Amino acid sequence: MAVSSAGSRARARLTSADPDVHPDRRSRRRRGRDTAAGYLFLAPQLLGLVVFMVGPLLFALVLAFYHWDGFGTRSFAGLSNFTEVMSSQRIQRAAVNTVWFTVLQVPGLMLTGLFFALLMQRAGKLTPVYRLAFFAPVITSSVAVAAIWLWLFNPDISPVNNALRGIGLPAPNWLQDARFVIPAFAIVGIWQGLGYQLIMFMAGLQSIDRSFLEAAVLDGCSEWQKLRHVTIPLLSPTILFLSITSIIGSFQVFDYIYVFFDDRAPDSARTIVYEVVRIAFGEFNFGAASALAFLLFLALLVVTGCQLAAQKKWVHYTE
Amino acid sequence: MSTFSDTLSRAVTTAKGASGSGRPARRKLLLHAVLVVCAIGMALPFAWMLFSSFKPLSEIFVQPPKLLPQDWTEQGYRTALGGADFVRGFWNSTYIALTVTAVSLLTSAMAAYAFSRIDFWGRRPLFIVFLATMMVPGQLTIIPLYIIMGWLGWVDTHAAIIVPPALFNAFGVFLLRQYIKGIPVELEEAAQIDGAGRVRRFVTIILPLLRTPLTALGIFTFLGQWNNFFFPLIFLNSSEKFTLPLLVNQFKGQYVSDWPALMAATTLLAAPMLIVFAFAQRQIVEGIALSGSKS
Repeated sequence: MAVSSAGSRARARLTSADPDVHPDRRSRRRRGRDTAAGYLFLAPQLLGLVVFMVGPLLFALVLAFYHWDGFGTRSFAGLSNFTEVMSSQRIQRAAVNTVWFTVLQVPGLMLTGLFFALLMQRAGKLTPVYRLAFFAPVITSSVAVAAIWLWLFNPDISPVNNALRGIGLPAPNWLQDARFVIPAFAIVGIWQGLGYQLIMFMAGLQSIDRSFLEAAVLDGCSEWQKLRHVTIPLLSPTILFLSITSIIGSFQVFDYIYVFFDDRAPDSARTIVYEVVRIAFGEFNFGAASALAFLLFLALLVVTGCQLAAQKKWVHYTE
Repeated sequence: MSTFSDTLSRAVTTAKGASGSGRPARRKLLLHAVLVVCAIGMALPFAWMLFSSFKPLSEIFVQPPKLLPQDWTEQGYRTALGGADFVRGFWNSTYIALTVTAVSLLTSAMAAYAFSRIDFWGRRPLFIVFLATMMVPGQLTIIPLYIIMGWLGWVDTHAAIIVPPALFNAFGVFLLRQYIKGIPVELEEAAQIDGAGRVRRFVTIILPLLRTPLTALGIFTFLGQWNNFFFPLIFLNSSEKFTLPLLVNQFKGQYVSDWPALMAATTLLAAPMLIVFAFAQRQIVEGIALSGSKS
């Protein structure tokens, strides 16, 4: 009896009112102590949030409206940083390259990811072996990945080009040819990112209630009809999540380009983030670089917002 | 219900097997054939990296290219280890990734505990701010961060790449909060009756129960730090402070046509994580599946 009343009092202390004290005063004192304890536990991450995230974010917004090289005097620039980057042909080219890369990479990633997830669903005991091969590039440093592909794209020694010639296809000079350099990035991106999509689709497939598929079989659906009318609609939350995160990731592509070209990338190979880094740390034009980074962020917000707004039309949530 | 659907599915497969005779077996064979070919295709670049690192330079230009070296040599590794201080780079990468992982796990768990168990003033709006920051691309904050690091005197020091990720990990806080919410409050109540304060309850009850998500998150954080290229590239200048990815990139610039040496350096960068992955495949894969299903 004593134990249970102590227990209920402890619960009361953890959750709601203690009967001995006037509720208002008690709860205010309680609340004060909770707030102190809460911020104590939160302190390190809160410090990080303020100093390394919210602070820099506001600072970036301010910088975008100033001319500054980081050392000399700062002068107010109004919108001139924005108009400068938006009218620059170089940056327009980089924007087109970034979008072209995204258009190639995102569907490539998602279609291959879904395809292999569907196959691996039936692979039985060998699943972990296949998974190992598909997933290894995901956990590999993008510097290592780019170094390997630097070799595989080299026209003189590339086994890839050798294989292409072997089956009678033209073998391009991938990284030096303006038409092929962005597709080359997409190939590397798909090779490295495919395993992640595969894992996410497999998790999505596992959570599908089998009875839906069995019902479809009993109704005489073909494999294709089952995929089209049962599996894909039930996977739509996964598809939405992956399409949002892959587009965000594709818009930020940088590492491969830097490993392939260092700071000497040709116009045909530059992306927005590459330009942000070049303007900020090559030209020390922090204002223009911040303005460009903000435009990228805005573009991401708009694209993500559209995806979230459109989800009502095609995403099905069970439950 | 599940037994019912199991039975049904078994019935369906048996029925199909009976009618289609040899067909399912042939389809299974085709399935595995496709998967084996594609898995080999995925692994081939790694094999190319590994075997080329043991080739003499002359064999690189052999046409048609051969996967395996004709005569094996460790010359590539000699050049790589002689051309850059990989031992120091290895140590830098290891201790940076370990420090970030340890501190970030602790601070994330503390913040997650506050968000899930303590009813403090401003909890909801603060949590929303944490979530919203996950949308912010790192390239947007890198410029002001670089200026702030300059003020702190941290440019070209390891503090610049250790402290921010150690003290701020919104995804970690979010993931651990979901887990703590699933731990029954009763466990803590029992300890509270025994007079245990918040700190003791956090250390003796919550942390041990978080072992699974902490392992997954820890492997993740370590991987992310080990492979990170962008932040060290911006913040570090002197090569004795370089992490392994920076060192390999610099090495690539200097030994641009010595392919065996470059592939040896690349192998040294990629191999540790591939070995970790071979041992912790399940945790990594589950952690990844988890990260997506939560949002």
